[in-house]
Amino acid sequence: MPIAPAASDVFDREFLGVRARLIDIAATLDRIDRAGGLPDDNPRLDQIRRSARLLATDAPDRAAQIQMLFSLPYRDDWQKAR
Amino acid sequence: MYFFDPHIHMAARTTDDFETMAKAGCVVVGEPAFWMGYDRSGVDSFRDYFRQLTEWEPQRAANHGIRHYCWMGINAKEAENVEFAREVIALLPEFLTRPSVLGIGEIGLHKNTPNEVTTLLELIELGMKTDEQLLFHTPHLEDKYLGTRMILDILRADSRIDRTRVCVDHCEEHTIRPVLDEGYWAGITLYPTSKATPQRAADMVEIYGAERILVNSSADWGPSDPMAVPALMFEMRRRGHAESLIQQLVYDNPLKFFSQSRNFQFTPPE
Ligand SMILES: [Zn+2]
Repeated sequence: MPIAPAASDVFDREFLGVRARLIDIAATLDRIDRAGGLPDDNPRLDQIRRSARLLATDAPDRAAQIQMLFSLPYRDDWQKAR
Repeated sequence: MYFFDPHIHMAARTTDDFETMAKAGCVVVGEPAFWMGYDRSGVDSFRDYFRQLTEWEPQRAANHGIRHYCWMGINAKEAENVEFAREVIALLPEFLTRPSVLGIGEIGLHKNTPNEVTTLLELIELGMKTDEQLLFHTPHLEDKYLGTRMILDILRADSRIDRTRVCVDHCEEHTIRPVLDEGYWAGITLYPTSKATPQRAADMVEIYGAERILVNSSADWGPSDPMAVPALMFEMRRRGHAESLIQQLVYDNPLKFFSQSRNFQFTPPE
């Protein structure tokens, strides 16, 4: 790639957008709670909580890892099951 | 800058969209046959749809200076009924020879079922018989990773496949690497809420480079944006990427991929 912008420039440009999306997620979770909340073992809520924990790491491929969190597993012997 | 939208369902869009796209520099669209939002009641509905894609849509596009090409196939959702799918597959040969048809697509998987795989194998068989380029749809959301890996397994097991003549579409962060590593073209679809946004598509280009990547709007009857390719161009510019890189993504790459189809005849605008 021809350019390598400084991380701080990328951060400055994206900061408000990231902030807004995080607040939006928080407000959505609050809204679900106000409506009575979900059982703790709700699998999709669990996916969201695990995603939030991934965000707090500094893994280099968080987007791909979160995608995998929301994906059905693949087994390479699927053709035998046909 | 001129651009292609190599995957868009104009049959589900208005003429205004053709105009808007033409004004933004669109010169070629590729329209794969797909699921129209409801299951068709019989094989004649497919025949009419294939006529629409090969007769009417090219005309509508031409009125705006856009060349319209299409792909013939039965989508993964309707492929679940294997008997019905066979009737549709039997229709395909007469359409594959039409002058604006690029190959077989979009075909693939939806819920990754055994029946879908059976139909898919028969579609690939037809494609190999008549030496077609292939355009694969990969499933949505939680089914995407599994379905993409299954499609790659199926293709890897078939020694007749020329990987440079295959596009695996709707790639995202968790599926693009194996598609590119195995030598296929990787489609990235720009959607407002699912698939990839222009920002995330630009990220993937920064990570993997632009070679063998095709970006498209897949705009259809659902939430989607026929101006998604220009939105990506804008995002790339905003990040300071070279015009040559943007042109490679939105023009040179689809031109190269489409040119591998025997029916693709295109004179670039002066
Ligand atoms: Zn499509």
